[in-house]
Amino acid sequence: MEEVKTFQDIILTLQQFWAKQGCMLMQAYDTEKGAGTMSPYTFLRAIGPEPWNAAYVEASRRPADGRYGENPNRLYQHHQFQVVMKPSPKNIQDLYIESLKALGIDPLKHDIRFVEDNWENPSLGCAGLGWEVWLDGMEVTQFTYFQQVGGLEVDSVTSELTYGLERLASYIQDVNSVYDIEWAPGVKYGEIFKHPEYEHSAYSFDQSDTAFLFSQFQAYEKEALKQIENNLVHPAYDYVLKCSHAFNMLDARGAVSATDRPDYLKRIRHMARLIAKAFLEERAKLSFPLIKDSETAKWIEKYGVKEEN
Amino acid sequence: MTHTFLLEIGLEEMPAKVVSASASQLKSMVSTHLKENGLKHGTVDVYSTPRRLAVRVEELEEKQADRTETVKGPAKRIALDDEGNWSKAAIGFSKGQKASVEDIVFKEVKGEAYVFIEKEIKGQSAKAVLETLADRLPSMTFPVSMKWGNHSYKFIRPVHWLVALLDEAVVDMELFDVASGRETRGHRFLGHSVTLDHARDYEEALNQEAVIVDRDARRKMIVTQIQEMCQANSWQDPTANAALVDEVTDLVEFPTVFSGSFDEAYLKVPEIVLETAMADHQRYFPVREAGEGGSFLPYFIAVRNGNDQGLGFVRKGNEKVLSARLADAAFFYEEDNKHAIDYFVEKLKQVSFHEKIGSLYEKQERIERIADSLVPYFTLKPEQEGDVKRAARICKFDLVTQTVTEFTSLQGQIAGIFARERQESDTVAQALAEQYLPDSMEGGLPESKVGAILSLADKMDSLMSFFAIGLIPTGSNDPFALRRQAMGIVRMVEAFDLPLSISEWIDAIIHHVQNIETKALYEQNKENVSQFILDRLDLWLSKYAGLEKDYDVREAVLNASHDNLVALIDQARVLKAEKQTEQFKPVVESLTRVANLAEKADPNVSVDAEKFESDSERELYDAVTAIQMLNEKEISAEETWKQFVQLHPLIDAFFDENMVMADDEAVKANRLALLDRIHKLARPFAQFSTLVIK
Repeated sequence: MEEVKTFQDIILTLQQFWAKQGCMLMQAYDTEKGAGTMSPYTFLRAIGPEPWNAAYVEASRRPADGRYGENPNRLYQHHQFQVVMKPSPKNIQDLYIESLKALGIDPLKHDIRFVEDNWENPSLGCAGLGWEVWLDGMEVTQFTYFQQVGGLEVDSVTSELTYGLERLASYIQDVNSVYDIEWAPGVKYGEIFKHPEYEHSAYSFDQSDTAFLFSQFQAYEKEALKQIENNLVHPAYDYVLKCSHAFNMLDARGAVSATDRPDYLKRIRHMARLIAKAFLEERAKLSFPLIKDSETAKWIEKYGVKEEN
Repeated sequence: MTHTFLLEIGLEEMPAKVVSASASQLKSMVSTHLKENGLKHGTVDVYSTPRRLAVRVEELEEKQADRTETVKGPAKRIALDDEGNWSKAAIGFSKGQKASVEDIVFKEVKGEAYVFIEKEIKGQSAKAVLETLADRLPSMTFPVSMKWGNHSYKFIRPVHWLVALLDEAVVDMELFDVASGRETRGHRFLGHSVTLDHARDYEEALNQEAVIVDRDARRKMIVTQIQEMCQANSWQDPTANAALVDEVTDLVEFPTVFSGSFDEAYLKVPEIVLETAMADHQRYFPVREAGEGGSFLPYFIAVRNGNDQGLGFVRKGNEKVLSARLADAAFFYEEDNKHAIDYFVEKLKQVSFHEKIGSLYEKQERIERIADSLVPYFTLKPEQEGDVKRAARICKFDLVTQTVTEFTSLQGQIAGIFARERQESDTVAQALAEQYLPDSMEGGLPESKVGAILSLADKMDSLMSFFAIGLIPTGSNDPFALRRQAMGIVRMVEAFDLPLSISEWIDAIIHHVQNIETKALYEQNKENVSQFILDRLDLWLSKYAGLEKDYDVREAVLNASHDNLVALIDQARVLKAEKQTEQFKPVVESLTRVANLAEKADPNVSVDAEKFESDSERELYDAVTAIQMLNEKEISAEETWKQFVQLHPLIDAFFDENMVMADDEAVKANRLALLDRIHKLARPFAQFSTLVIK
């Protein structure tokens, strides 16, 4: 086996590994988001009875975590490798451990531990049970069995693996700062991202126009609600993601008071819930095309829209 | 011949905190099942690791005993017709019991003869009884359960294997589509699957596969390894932290202890922050030099789930993680060091305590006023009064520091440390550090008076504020831990011996509230708040004063005519002790009789010695007057009880010699007034009619 060394080797290895397990390799979704979970390839596809197996890299923006490129571990934007398998395969834990082996991590020489961590994303009305996976004490993966998505209890449980690529890479390459990670042979992470990190931090913390961001939040919210009414689920969801990002920017700027904070989160959650419901209805109208077995009728009966005579 | 039964449920890693409790739950479930099915057995051993829950039953009976069941049928007069032939009713009954009329016997029930059929019921085999055990397992309860795959059932984590062995034989059962067998699994990385030949091989077979399935043995391994390491390095033994040892025990199947180090430069960060970063986040034990007050050293002790293979990698990885965490902690600490206390206090205005209650700054202002109302109950030195004001005025400042934002469990303690670093007095710093104590039902109390004042004020404010907006605990729902806080109030009032009436204290607090709406809401809820605290006193008496079984004593004092907690506790203790004495019953009876009649007294009539007709009246009156004179000074609960003991023969004589409800209205009113005086002595002590006397 070739040695997995660079950041891009890690991505390639994980892609190959999960493609072999039947995951479709999707591309990163083109709207800003705080976590791979928020991609429609996870959030929407976790809803309803249809199976779904996918893997993709997602660049995740967390404005409040920016440190002007000065902190060796905290970033405005980091990369997650996201694997979702639905329904959760019985051997998902074993598959995960195999994926670490594929990266050259020998479980006998390391301490791999599944430590309870129940995950919750209140702004999307999501909750799940699972672990953070420790590699010699470092949390390298969030491992979750979704129980609730968009406020709906799930019909079929999605298992979600979120690898923190920077953490894995700094471990595999044995560097103390993310900026020293080798992305490709001869190119360091810092050479690509250090300056953007500085600029995004300076923008989020010092320069952003809060009036502009507040008006954006409102405009996106309005448009999202309108498109939900039109049953245009995907465009509406894009605007929810944009709302969420605008909120994160405002939050990083310290522009949202502690009292208002829950209210903003509630507004996002409200939209996410409507979208979850609308998505399910739209899939039912299409007769849940990804279900390949005889179960379809049962689910259409549960969620299908009755035709009016 | 008896048997050994083994049941093991294998699952994905459970949360550490549920492992042990779930194993006990499984044990009681198995025991109940055997008991309800009448199968006798010897010891039941419990085993657990993060990936398995198991029990082993020793000396299990071969089968249930055979038994005879007697079923009652119709009366004899209905079972036999006039000619003595079996009636349809009798034939139907015997058929229904899968017997024939020949099996019928007659027995008398309440003077009437009835038909009976006696049936022999063969005892079931242990195996058959155990097969139905699986029906119970899904009803195990956990703090949170999950579903997986396309299944609808819920459990703590997905179940992967099930071992059920009666000696050498598999007991057929199924749990969530997993069929029982004889194959268990070893350590995730160090072990393999292993087939058990016999139930009794369990522990040893798993030992071979790097799983220490006996939790106590695993815990002991960890403690011993840590102690040996500490001895070799002259470090303090940290295993007194039982909670951390327990947690680590439930995170590993095969423990290997190792140590690592970090950069000395981080030692400038407060120890408690370092300790929390190590223990709470990483489950490491911090290291101190051996000996009393040994200083903090730049090392840590950790426990790996595995053997010593590649331990160098494991150490290095853990050091890297810790160093990143400590770098963060140091960064937050240094950022906070740039600011004075006032800066943080000002920021509190922007932070809400609760949406409907207001900001943390406002809470602090209320705490200051309430703290002020408590000062008279403590004997403070003059300078300490200033300390109370200062401490209250800044008490919440650490909640907006970056250090507490990162390490929330350190609220209060960080305030104390930062205050000291910013030249506040020791008294203020200590009070700030103690303001959240006790932080659990049985947690330690503040040691300093000023700390106790702050804590009492904070807790009372939370109770009154949450009650005012209707967020009152119901059932198991107590999101703001108000029960714990009320218990904290009871415990502190008792420990600091505060002569404090809860209702008077609340009135004093309300008196100083300016906002009319808030005042009205407090006013509406004041009885609920007092009662809520008295309910905690009831619990306190039963748990900590040995009155668990004396519900009548608790009820009697809780219904006394005041709510001075310390006095109520003393009175409860006296009653509990006196309950054993011979005089208890007559004294209680006398006072109960007095209470019943005193209700009829006219409050406008006072005792007139001129209207007495008998010596017994006069003697009782003299005694009561003497006691009232004595009671102008404060007397102990014991002394009060002695007074009741002295009064009781006089009371009895009074009842023997005088007709209270005399025909002469004036005499009657006078006698009732005298009884009312006695009643007024007794009411603050207890509601005597509630006491159970044998």
